Amino acid sequence: MLNAAIMAAEGTNPLIPNVWEILVTVVGFAVLLFIVIKYVMPAFEKTFAERTEAIEGGIAKAEAAQAEANAALDEYREQLTEARTEANRIREEARAEGAQILADLKARAASESARITEQAQVQIDAERQSALVSLRAEVGTLATDLASRIVGESLADDARSSRVVDRFLADLESSSQSAGAAR
Amino acid sequence: MIALALPAATTDEGFIAPTIDDTHYPNILPWRGEYGVMFEAGFGKQMALMILSVIIIAAFFLIASRRRQMVPGKLQFLGESAYGFVRNSIGKDIIGGRDFLKYVPWLFTAFFFVLVNNIFGAIPLLQVPTFSHPGSAYGIAAIFFVLWVGIGLKKHGLRYLKLAVVPSGVPWPILIIVVPIEIISNFIVRPVTHSLRLFATMLAGHLIVTLAGSAIAYMVGSGSIFLQGTSVLVLVGFVAMYMLEALIMVLQAYVFTLLAAIYIEGALHADAH
Repeated sequence: MLNAAIMAAEGTNPLIPNVWEILVTVVGFAVLLFIVIKYVMPAFEKTFAERTEAIEGGIAKAEAAQAEANAALDEYREQLTEARTEANRIREEARAEGAQILADLKARAASESARITEQAQVQIDAERQSALVSLRAEVGTLATDLASRIVGESLADDARSSRVVDRFLADLESSSQSAGAAR
Repeated sequence: MIALALPAATTDEGFIAPTIDDTHYPNILPWRGEYGVMFEAGFGKQMALMILSVIIIAAFFLIASRRRQMVPGKLQFLGESAYGFVRNSIGKDIIGGRDFLKYVPWLFTAFFFVLVNNIFGAIPLLQVPTFSHPGSAYGIAAIFFVLWVGIGLKKHGLRYLKLAVVPSGVPWPILIIVVPIEIISNFIVRPVTHSLRLFATMLAGHLIVTLAGSAIAYMVGSGSIFLQGTSVLVLVGFVAMYMLEALIMVLQAYVFTLLAAIYIEGALHADAH
């Protein structure tokens, strides 16, 4: 009854298709599908692939740059440490060298002063010796002269005079010895 | 259907409700005599819109994809987003695997073909969702029926017919019942519902627009203040229905494509189901 009402009211079963519409739809779809497969999809896929590649390439490049920078930083740090060690070593060396030089100088000065002292000692000894010798000769002459003046007799006679001088000196020595012992 | 039939029964009272026949406009270019509904020859508005949709979609995506730039402009971005949506949200997520890309153009074409043709129903003057005519809905559903059956046969050979209708792990006495159900469900109900879902929603939406429009026209022109006042309520309800219909237009394009993807996936992996 409902069906009849619809048929009566509308005259057409809405489910019955029109073949021309089917044809237009299928052909339209086919044309569109062809365009999509041939032009649209390859273009989009290519763009997507290129973009992905560009992004991944950029990331790889950035990573490489980062790694390079890190390596350079490490290298600089190493060089800095090396330089510091080197500087410390040089400073130590200089200090040691300075100490060495100082010690050398001190030793040299000490030896020099010792040498000078020794030389002076030798000189003094030599001078004393010569003074002693000249004094001995002169004292003899002087004493003889003096004695001969006092005694009034010439002591020019060598044998005698030397005997007198010797005795005098012996006396002098013994007296100075006894004086040294008494002191 | 009942709702459609009822106003028709009240024709003598003045208001003549539009019928489904009114969704078929006279042909712009009839080229032959009448051969009945099925072969009614001629070039109508619906066919013109169908061709227009092909031109619009092709032009838009050709222009959007023509200048391939790393950093896309607005048009290219829009095209890429639209393509990427079908490619990833439907193709990749449903079909998956390595070979989903092979079926993306089919899904992509189907989605935008259906979408644009549906939206025609919401654009004043064009105002016919082309798939409210059963022929178009049958046609596009048939394309996908042939496609997924073909994929199944190509992938699994004739064994596909067995894989599709005989569920694994079911004892044989039950198979006697299950196999006919599976045959009907997979090879008859599936393509029929695939097409009717689209066709019926579009036809219903279009009829509501037509009914509300002619009702308002009748009420305003009736000369009765009561009817003219009521027409405002009809208008408010009509706008709400119009918005709902616009939503359904987009939704049905998505549903149609999603189901197509699910059918293709089922055919590809028939041995795993």
